Amino acid sequence: MKDKLNARNLVSALLVAGLLLLPLYSQASGNVFVLTLFTRIVILALAAASLNLIMGYGGMMSFGHAAYLGIGGYAVGILAQEGFGSGFLQFPVALAASAIYALVIGALSLRTRGVYFIMITLAFAQMAYYVASGLARYGGDDGLTVYKRSDFGGLINLSNRTQFYYLCLACLLGVVFLIWRIVNSRFGMVVQGLRSNEQRMQAIGFPAKRYKLMCFVISGTLCGLAGALLANNTDFVSPAVMYWTRSGDLMVMVILGGMGVLFGPVVGAVAYLLLEELLSQVTEYWALIMGPLLLLVVLFARGGIMGLLGRLNRG
Amino acid sequence: MLLVVEQFLNGLQFGLLLFLLAAGLTLVFGIMDLVNLAHGSLYMMGAYFAATFVAWTSNFLLGAMLALGATLLLGIVLEFTTLRHLYGRDHLDHVLATFGLILFFNEAVRLIWGPAGLALPLPAWLTVPVAILPGIYYPAYRLAIIVVALAVALLLYLGVMRTRVGMLIRAGASNREMIGALGINIKLLYTLVFGLGAALAGLAGLMQAPILTVQIGMGENILILAFVIIVIGGIGSIRGAFLAAIFVGIIDTMGRAFLPNLLRQMLSSAAASTAAPALSSMLIYLVMAIVLVVRPEGLFPANRR
Amino acid sequence: MADPLLRVENLVRRFGGIVATDHVSLDVAQGELHAIIGPNGAGKTTLISQLTGHLTPDSGSIYLGGRDISHLAAYRRSALGLARSFQITSLLLDFTVADNVALAAQAHAGHSFSFWRNARKESGLRMAAQAALERVGLAHRAGVLVSRLSHGEQRELELAVALATKPQLLLLDEPMAGLGVTESARMVKLLQELRKEVTIVLVEHDMNAVFALADRISVLVYGRVIASDVPSAIRQNEDVKRAYLGDQHVVTAHG
Repeated sequence: MKDKLNARNLVSALLVAGLLLLPLYSQASGNVFVLTLFTRIVILALAAASLNLIMGYGGMMSFGHAAYLGIGGYAVGILAQEGFGSGFLQFPVALAASAIYALVIGALSLRTRGVYFIMITLAFAQMAYYVASGLARYGGDDGLTVYKRSDFGGLINLSNRTQFYYLCLACLLGVVFLIWRIVNSRFGMVVQGLRSNEQRMQAIGFPAKRYKLMCFVISGTLCGLAGALLANNTDFVSPAVMYWTRSGDLMVMVILGGMGVLFGPVVGAVAYLLLEELLSQVTEYWALIMGPLLLLVVLFARGGIMGLLGRLNRG
Repeated sequence: MLLVVEQFLNGLQFGLLLFLLAAGLTLVFGIMDLVNLAHGSLYMMGAYFAATFVAWTSNFLLGAMLALGATLLLGIVLEFTTLRHLYGRDHLDHVLATFGLILFFNEAVRLIWGPAGLALPLPAWLTVPVAILPGIYYPAYRLAIIVVALAVALLLYLGVMRTRVGMLIRAGASNREMIGALGINIKLLYTLVFGLGAALAGLAGLMQAPILTVQIGMGENILILAFVIIVIGGIGSIRGAFLAAIFVGIIDTMGRAFLPNLLRQMLSSAAASTAAPALSSMLIYLVMAIVLVVRPEGLFPANRR
Repeated sequence: MADPLLRVENLVRRFGGIVATDHVSLDVAQGELHAIIGPNGAGKTTLISQLTGHLTPDSGSIYLGGRDISHLAAYRRSALGLARSFQITSLLLDFTVADNVALAAQAHAGHSFSFWRNARKESGLRMAAQAALERVGLAHRAGVLVSRLSHGEQRELELAVALATKPQLLLLDEPMAGLGVTESARMVKLLQELRKEVTIVLVEHDMNAVFALADRISVLVYGRVIASDVPSAIRQNEDVKRAYLGDQHVVTAHG
């Protein structure tokens, strides 16, 4: 870590610069689509970054992270439908609801580990999916249209494409910064120690579960933020955002980018979603290529893109 | 009363199908330590194969047999080409790689059979209602599913408990190094076990096909139910999977059938009709949560005999 | 004699049909170095694991400084001053040497629900880590990843990690396991220094080391304590000789 000028940091810096300048390009070229696409990418990168906190640093393989996208989204959608349009209310509620869900699910799931943990987080997310499908008042299976984006008074206008993009990007960079601080704090050291060797950590005096649960809740809360943004982006929220393949997508982004690397999930989200976009322009059956590609990444590119870059640097 | 018996049998039938799926999953996990999300895809392939072969041969039984063979073969090919490279790897690698396989299978099905679902019509002799008790009739086909699945469960039990291969499987589930020490051809054993698991999934899929539409993604929801069963029953335990599967099947079916009425008696009808669908689909997950609180290792873990 | 620092009463632990710990009673006085020896499979590690809270006993009690700790979780016992080293080295392999020890210091320096300040820049933790590393002679390796250490260095680090928790009682599970002759000699010298400051329970196969270090020795055979006495008496004990000869182990030179 002494060497600041390595391939990883270079790629991260270039990526951030590119994301910051994107609206200028969009404006100059008149390409509105690219801004819409990248707004979605930035939001999902935020979700992936939150997942990286528990998966990459905490060693907790959650397969139910999409549930928070839905919970955050429904908080915005339901409040909007009930006439509470203020973002100052919607966003805190979205975060709080995600935190509470994470607290309950985490307390249950963390009674087990390994594959069990993967299955249980998956099952509970599926439960959230069914619950949302059963919310007849809020659209049930068909989902809920958000007619008016969150209202932040004169502070920022979410209906303005560029302003909304910058809000999402600010949230992403803020969350990545927060995770960076957390990872290097006392708490972060404990969480990473638990990933490495839980028995040892208990022997030197750390109550393992408490720290893991706290980490799980922080991660879920941050992902709830992504959910609230996503509902604003699509002006719509439906059970489909919590479907388990979405959780799988988030995992793929984290692993593709590089687990336990700060900017890994951001790189992963950009790579995965751009690839999806490109492939779907080439063929309608893009998943036919994407599926085996994932298999190849698992078999031959351990550590993801950031892992490859790290090796590049060592020569 | 009539309805209760019927729904109970429906639940039993669903639970047995779930068992076929969960048994394969838990065998593969217990022996190869492999988490296979694509297990649900094999279930789906079983259904598609059956729909296709029955249409080709115009014979339900022949088509079903062909479909079973095809799923077995597919499982073996899958193990041979990809999954065996994942043994000994991190569980996360399994999840990611088999997630990729699901994407592939779903898309391949869409390419071959198109996005619309298929129907698998039953032959006339399987559609007649059968009197199971005086005055109580039950569809012959559903009854057939129960009989076939019970027979398979019994065979599986005898196979695992009484035969040499079964002994190896049990040894493998409790002590992976031991099989190696016995000088068994592990590669062959693994391929066989995976093929068996695939065939079980395929069987579940093709038997379910006439009841539901054959469609893309049909294996995914049921795969998650199989996970719930494994969590409740205890990993690597066939007996646990069997009991938990029947339990889940019955709870889920009966819950969906009777919970709305039950709620309507306790709550206002408006509140009941809002809460009922959500609550009945939550039911088995709540059961899972309770099991986790009481017995985190599952109700019948494999290493405790 | 004053109250012992550690008192074990009638501890029993079964695995299936095997009684791994069979009504074990044991007293360890403040300041003593108490060795536990016994043939392979005598249940030494099982006993240690119950003392540290990684295994729960089926019955019996454990007291630390007069307080019943039989049902406390491992981390609570650590907070009360019980530290262990593992028989098979159990460190955070992807952490640096200094981080391993600093984490142990952190566990006993206030809470760790601190999310913002850089823990690697907390001078208190770093100094505590440095001090523990100097004690075991590993200070010059502070910045190295643990996975890069030699086996001997990892054993020393185990000790430094245990020391950094400022223990009253140190449970060492075969600290010499797998060490060469010179490394063993260094470890014995190190333990001779440490015993002046902290009470030690030492489980060890290396009989030379045990007889050189111990104030008292307890002999465990098939989960039962067959003798507990000063080294010279243990050497003469007929039951002990028989037990060891029966398992074709010899009480004298070993390794």
